[in-house]
Amino acid sequence: MRCWLFHSWQILVVLSLTGIALNKAQAQQIPTQPHQTLTVAAYPAVDEIVKSALPLWNHLHPDVEVKVVSRQFTDHHTAMTTALSTSFYLPDVMALEVGYVGRFAQGGGLEDLSLEPYGIKSFQSHYVTYAFQQATNHKGAVVAAPSDIGPGTLLYRTDLLVKSGVSEADLTQSWDSYVAAGVKIKAATGAYLMAHARDMKDIVIRTGIKPGDGLYFDSQSNVLVTSPRFVRAFELARRVRQQKLDAKVLAWSNEWSEGFKRGTIATQMSGAWLSGHMNNWLAPSTRGLWRASQLPEHSFAAFGGTFFAIPKGVPAAHKQLAWQFIQLMTLNREVQLGAFKAQDAFPALIETYDDPFFEQPIEFLGEQKARVVWREAATHITAIAVHKQDSFADEVINTELDKVLDRGKDITIALADAQRLLKQRAYR
Amino acid sequence: MKIPSSLRMSPEMAPYVLLSPFVLLFLVFGVFPLLFSLYLAFQSWEPTSGLEAMKFVGLDNFAFALQDDWFWKSLKNTGWLAIVSGVPQHLVAIPLAYFIHSSFQVLRNVVVGAYFMPYITSTVAIAILFSSLFSTDYGLINVGLQMMSYVPVLGWLMPQNPVDWLNDPEHIKPAISMIVFWRYVGFNVVLYLAALQTIPKDIYEAATMDGAGRLQQFWFITLPNLKPMIFFGVTLSVIGGLQLFEEPFILTGGRGGSDQAGMTTAIYLYRMAFDFNDFGAASAMSWLLFIVVALLTWVTNCLFRPRGTSV
Repeated sequence: MRCWLFHSWQILVVLSLTGIALNKAQAQQIPTQPHQTLTVAAYPAVDEIVKSALPLWNHLHPDVEVKVVSRQFTDHHTAMTTALSTSFYLPDVMALEVGYVGRFAQGGGLEDLSLEPYGIKSFQSHYVTYAFQQATNHKGAVVAAPSDIGPGTLLYRTDLLVKSGVSEADLTQSWDSYVAAGVKIKAATGAYLMAHARDMKDIVIRTGIKPGDGLYFDSQSNVLVTSPRFVRAFELARRVRQQKLDAKVLAWSNEWSEGFKRGTIATQMSGAWLSGHMNNWLAPSTRGLWRASQLPEHSFAAFGGTFFAIPKGVPAAHKQLAWQFIQLMTLNREVQLGAFKAQDAFPALIETYDDPFFEQPIEFLGEQKARVVWREAATHITAIAVHKQDSFADEVINTELDKVLDRGKDITIALADAQRLLKQRAYR
Repeated sequence: MKIPSSLRMSPEMAPYVLLSPFVLLFLVFGVFPLLFSLYLAFQSWEPTSGLEAMKFVGLDNFAFALQDDWFWKSLKNTGWLAIVSGVPQHLVAIPLAYFIHSSFQVLRNVVVGAYFMPYITSTVAIAILFSSLFSTDYGLINVGLQMMSYVPVLGWLMPQNPVDWLNDPEHIKPAISMIVFWRYVGFNVVLYLAALQTIPKDIYEAATMDGAGRLQQFWFITLPNLKPMIFFGVTLSVIGGLQLFEEPFILTGGRGGSDQAGMTTAIYLYRMAFDFNDFGAASAMSWLLFIVVALLTWVTNCLFRPRGTSV
């Protein structure tokens, strides 16, 4: 017993001496260690954008280290939902995609940046209007700062259009002329006008929304799916399907990317960033054959967008630093343009729009100066109010559309069914 | 070296200490989520507002679930999938086990192993592979069906155009059932094989001497003796079938498919929580599903329980 006690003392002494020695060595190696760490949670490629801004951050705040926690897109947002619900493992700054900003804005988990000490409203004019509106909830709180946006554009195969004798004006003048052009393209080249009739429906329902209304619900949670824009969208989609102008492939499926590679899809309505994806991996062999234009019939829509937010549960000392980080990411011209050039992240900061980079030709789009087109679109997009049941409503409308297209269901009945389903849960 | 008395475990404490790792894990990952979900079923909760934001709403979530069209749709889907994938499993596994039991001696383990393989393979890996096999234009299954359409008699039964397995609401259910059947038939073969080995050979010999044919022996000797194992296997199939999640989830990309044809109740309650942010209703639905499973297990018990045994 005594033997064991004596041995344990010896071990303790040795360990503590080693510990002290190591500590001293560490302290001598790095004399000025950061005494604060800021955690930033993001997903690809926002994590790259954050990392490329770190040299500038370290120059401004040498005593604050930034730790970037990166997860895949869905995992990241699930992790953020969990962190906000339990107040555990909250990052100091979180990157959010626009779809999730709407959801999180309904709850009370994010800091209101319009209040002191943030005062983001004084910077409101620096941001693209609709992006700022997207981050503002119905109570007027600004829960996030926009970093990049996804202005909607129509990408089309110019070679197929030329072969069919169709001009860009024919495509974009109105939805009816768009469909008529599709008939010509199909007849001359055999290519489909679009990947899925749903793509067109998504844009048409976003036109003619009354200010203050959401996409499917108004500010009083009344259901809006029997309004004329839905009827028109469904009728146009049905016409497209009846004339066999859509390839019936869903976005991001194997068949969809094959459609681009083989030239069986003539146009695609999407965010401007799609041209970057096409160039990188979707259909690099079609370089030079695509062009970008505005969406048909002067429609403007947004596809995606990144925001930065501060969770409420973060310690007060970090909140001010977090706000300064967000200002660096969203209000610094250099950082915004850097992200644009490196990651194709269209800036939300208006004062970058006079940079000569916008006038540069894009090789994938046949040397077209497409960024000018997208810059124009960004100023015309209007934000749509978000409702908690929006993702459910999305599914219901898509299901009803499928029934109209595949089984010939009557449009009025389909929309009435959707109305009934959505009414059941509008107030949850 | 003798262990010092301060580190020794007393015989009274030993069972508790040795059981504690399992008990702890079970309490944290089994009991706590169960109780939390029961608690949550009576609350209305916006998750991103934090834990303090829970509001007691009584039976509101249950009432909502019971009048929700999609909940009943998901129950119907689940029932269809459970029956169509479950019944063939047993109808095929019993004769197959009997055949393996009576015909294979040396190769028996290899054959059983081959059938059992799908059961031990990762469900997610299987589902991912099958979604490329089921692809409309590029999948091997459609290629196979097309080749079979050239065979003289069988060709008439084959579809003329490539079948859209994954996007057509009519075809997604058979696709899912095929995968579930393929996965579990081997497991049931192993169960029935084990049960067959408990039947004494003398009974068969006596029957052969009395003039009974193979089929008669199967019907009058094998099946009645298999009844306890059938009861066990069917109970497992009922419970597993009603909780079907992984195969339809991967095959439909986590959304339940066109017209929600592949959306089982487990998928729907998962989506209620994580896609539609309604944790209260999701928890209420999970407890309603539990009631359904308990009810059907009780029915299975009444139907298949060997008479004269206690439950």
